[in-house]
Amino acid sequence: MSLAQVADYVPTELAVGRGGGGPAPTRIVVAYGFWIFLLSDIIMFSGMFAAYAVLSGNTAGGPSGRELFDLRNVFIETACLLFSSYTCGLGALSAERQRPDSFYLFAALTFVLGGAFLGIEISEFAGMVGRGAGPSRSAFLSAFFTLVGTHGAHVTTGLLWLAYMVAQVLVKGLRPHVLRRLLCFSLFWHALDIVWIGVMTLVYLMGAR
Amino acid sequence: MLGKLSWAAIPFNEPLPLLSAAVVGIVALAVLAIITKKGWWPYLWNEWLTSVDHKRIGVMYFLLGLVMLLRGFSDAIMMRSQQAVAVGDAQGYLPPDHYNQIFSAHGTIMIFFVAMPFVVGLMNFVVPLQLGVRDVAFPVLNSVSFWLTASGALLINASLVIGNFARTGWMGYPPLSELGFSPDVGVDYYLWSLQISGVGTLLAGINMVTTILKLRAPGMTYFRMPVFCWTALAANMLIISAFPVLTATFAMLLLDRYLGMHFFTNEAGGNQMMYVNLFWAWGHPEVYILILPAFGVFSEVIATFSGKALFGYRSMVLATLAICVLSFMVWLHHFFTMGAGANVNAFFGIMSMIIAVPTGVKVFNWLFTLFHGSVRFTASVLWSIGFIVTFVIGGMTGVLLAIPPVDFVLHNSAFLVAHFHNVIIGGVVFGAMAGYNYWFPKAFGFTLDERLGKASFWCWLIGFYLAFTPLYVLGLMGMTRRLQHISDTSWQPLLLVAELGAVVIMLGILFQIAQLYVSIRTRDSRRDLTGDPWNGRTLEWATTSPPPAYNFAVMPEVEAIDAFWEMKRTGTAGIPPTYEAIEMPRNSPTGFVTAFFAVMIGFALIWQIWWMAEVGVLGAAVTALVFGWSENREFEIPADEVARRERAQLA
Amino acid sequence: MHGHDPLHLLHAHDRNPGVRHAEPLADFWTYTAGLGFAIALTIASFVVSQTNLLWPPGIPVGLLVLAIAQMGVHLVFFLHMGTGPDNTNNVLALAFGVLIVFLVITGSCWIIANLSANMMPEMHPMPMQR
Repeated sequence: MSLAQVADYVPTELAVGRGGGGPAPTRIVVAYGFWIFLLSDIIMFSGMFAAYAVLSGNTAGGPSGRELFDLRNVFIETACLLFSSYTCGLGALSAERQRPDSFYLFAALTFVLGGAFLGIEISEFAGMVGRGAGPSRSAFLSAFFTLVGTHGAHVTTGLLWLAYMVAQVLVKGLRPHVLRRLLCFSLFWHALDIVWIGVMTLVYLMGAR
Repeated sequence: MLGKLSWAAIPFNEPLPLLSAAVVGIVALAVLAIITKKGWWPYLWNEWLTSVDHKRIGVMYFLLGLVMLLRGFSDAIMMRSQQAVAVGDAQGYLPPDHYNQIFSAHGTIMIFFVAMPFVVGLMNFVVPLQLGVRDVAFPVLNSVSFWLTASGALLINASLVIGNFARTGWMGYPPLSELGFSPDVGVDYYLWSLQISGVGTLLAGINMVTTILKLRAPGMTYFRMPVFCWTALAANMLIISAFPVLTATFAMLLLDRYLGMHFFTNEAGGNQMMYVNLFWAWGHPEVYILILPAFGVFSEVIATFSGKALFGYRSMVLATLAICVLSFMVWLHHFFTMGAGANVNAFFGIMSMIIAVPTGVKVFNWLFTLFHGSVRFTASVLWSIGFIVTFVIGGMTGVLLAIPPVDFVLHNSAFLVAHFHNVIIGGVVFGAMAGYNYWFPKAFGFTLDERLGKASFWCWLIGFYLAFTPLYVLGLMGMTRRLQHISDTSWQPLLLVAELGAVVIMLGILFQIAQLYVSIRTRDSRRDLTGDPWNGRTLEWATTSPPPAYNFAVMPEVEAIDAFWEMKRTGTAGIPPTYEAIEMPRNSPTGFVTAFFAVMIGFALIWQIWWMAEVGVLGAAVTALVFGWSENREFEIPADEVARRERAQLA
Repeated sequence: MHGHDPLHLLHAHDRNPGVRHAEPLADFWTYTAGLGFAIALTIASFVVSQTNLLWPPGIPVGLLVLAIAQMGVHLVFFLHMGTGPDNTNNVLALAFGVLIVFLVITGSCWIIANLSANMMPEMHPMPMQR
């Protein structure tokens, strides 16, 4: 045996720390796969953030962020999404502990808070379009509507998904595969709040100055 | 009712497209008719179309790549022919409108529907077997990924028959690709077909990374994985991080075209350079996605046929990971001439030179593996040696182009065209062919004919040099890329040599078709009865050829690198173990059904048939909901059934 | 395939992101603490951006720091990202993702800003940036 072979030799039972423990359980496999899907989604957002950063000054004579953004709404939206992340976490805890009633409560709260976020955002968009500051007005507005709108589309998908998960829990109960899917949903929901922190800071807080 | 679609979309008044469309249509119908007549639909549906077995999916990917190679190569030989004759006063036979579509389709098809399916197909087939496990992490998603890729391929082929393709080149730069300058459906075909297949590719990347990191046989630590699995890991990490950027970029261009936004338009503040920047932020990692698995193939082939362990395993792993990270730090070298200052150009130029270093490490490791090995010169080894020579030359021209002042002369010239064909053909295509010859017996139970394989290799090698060396010279003489007509008659001799090269490559492809046909006809004389036709080193050779659906009746316990070699050395290879019940994933129509709706959505959006798009979206959503609700995705093979099958195989 | 695992006692499994194996009450307080920190950081961001409490030229950097801190709070308190050996894959994936995000965004900004480096200085008020 060469030195390299001796150095590499690790009995199977001790190979755990270096990843030699055999295939991981399903829950971990699913959660990891979903986690890297979320990272890929965040990279997609970063492409849109980059476009926004580059185009944010290209207002083509039209309105800029300072004229359009209402930070009170942004604060309320942020609060809604943040608290919905909190209630989502508590809902996940309830589900893990096989407490369907508190799961339904927190799921409902998450849904309402997420819906409130969406409602404010949609009315903000409608207001801007109504004032002639729609996405086809300038490159800045195209980038704004696309970045923030994509986030909003993800939130919408999340709410539909949440409703679908509540239906699954109602019908099937908190069984292992349902819990795995709930785990994926909460990863998704928390990640959306993380992206929103970026949007809030880079788009609204910096744009309103 | 049918959006922009009308009878005018079918090229009745253009003989060449009509002829090609007719040929494609007749071949497709003939294939469908034969399948129907022979009653093969149940078999195809149950064993292939709804299969979630990574081996079947890998074969389908590779087959897709081979079929699309024919289309992409037809485009190539048409371009070569046009350039060979359209010199001086002659106009050639392809008007500019067609020529532009042909070079755009050629690039798009070769990158997305030939090279990607080749490498993804090989990784799909081989990685779970090499890791000693039964399938990838998410088998149904694997099927969905393949079918989405096939959907993209179908849409691009539809553009030949219905409507037209983009005339923008395979990169689709605005403002040419914006609505103002490309009002017809060509760019939409390009964008939607790639968005759809891009989703498939991203999902495949997630699947493969999860499999490699979370599902390996017991005892297989990271540093006992075969090098092909390391390169697959790096390539799939790149897929996960690069494809989302392409998705975002294409989404922005689509928003410009469909909703009148201004990301990249001439008016209202759009910035076309941002498209170029973001496109290549994807585009450079993409070429490493293509080449890293090819490097992995060569590592496996060279080690096996030298009868030695791969030289420098750890440095190979480090070099692979270094290439993975560095590939995200060089992308500006695709647009040195776009106007950045010296600092930026210098940074990216230096990074582009640095990234050549780990590849050099790999080349030396391959050479040292061959050195003092008892080398068997099979077709796979010929492809590998051909690769080493050819890729090194191509890589050196790349390092040359990485010097900004040189690139100012050679950007978008025929020299550049020769460079990237040099590395892609010499690297990716040769790697796919080496892998094809190497793993074919594992997939189908018999080896390929060696003589025809070698003949095809020599034709590809000679044909490649004949076709592309003139292009290097022409590039230095000032010829740019994508010329439909050449005004400098002194270039014609070189263009004729290039045309000859294309013909020799065509001969190579014909030899490959012959090789497949002859091998199937004479398969009984070349059966692989042991499962280990090459005296292999890694775990895929520990199974029968082809392996059973579950790959390994009992998951192997891995003790060292080159696990199968170790098993043969210590005599543990053939010991019958005690069998346990095996859980296998059920087949699922989800992938195929998703593809059906994906094609519907893509086609409808291209032709702006809004009701059809809505139906497609609804169908896709229902498919997702049905899949998302389902359980019982697995079934169990009882232990005595496993034992029975294994004993039947060993008998 | 996910084989069943007779030797599970010997195998320390990776932590999956999003799940924490701890006492119930500790879990609740983890989320609540995270919420508290996030609220504080959000308010701080608004205050920094809308007032002059922070030296004005430093406001963009300040906002960036606060945003990154709050993302960290989410990752640690809501997504249970830890530093133990069983979390390694998750953290490595995150680190790689963060690297790519950084390269794409700052690389693009640097490149695009630099594209006018060789342009002539403007002599008349024709806006280049529209």
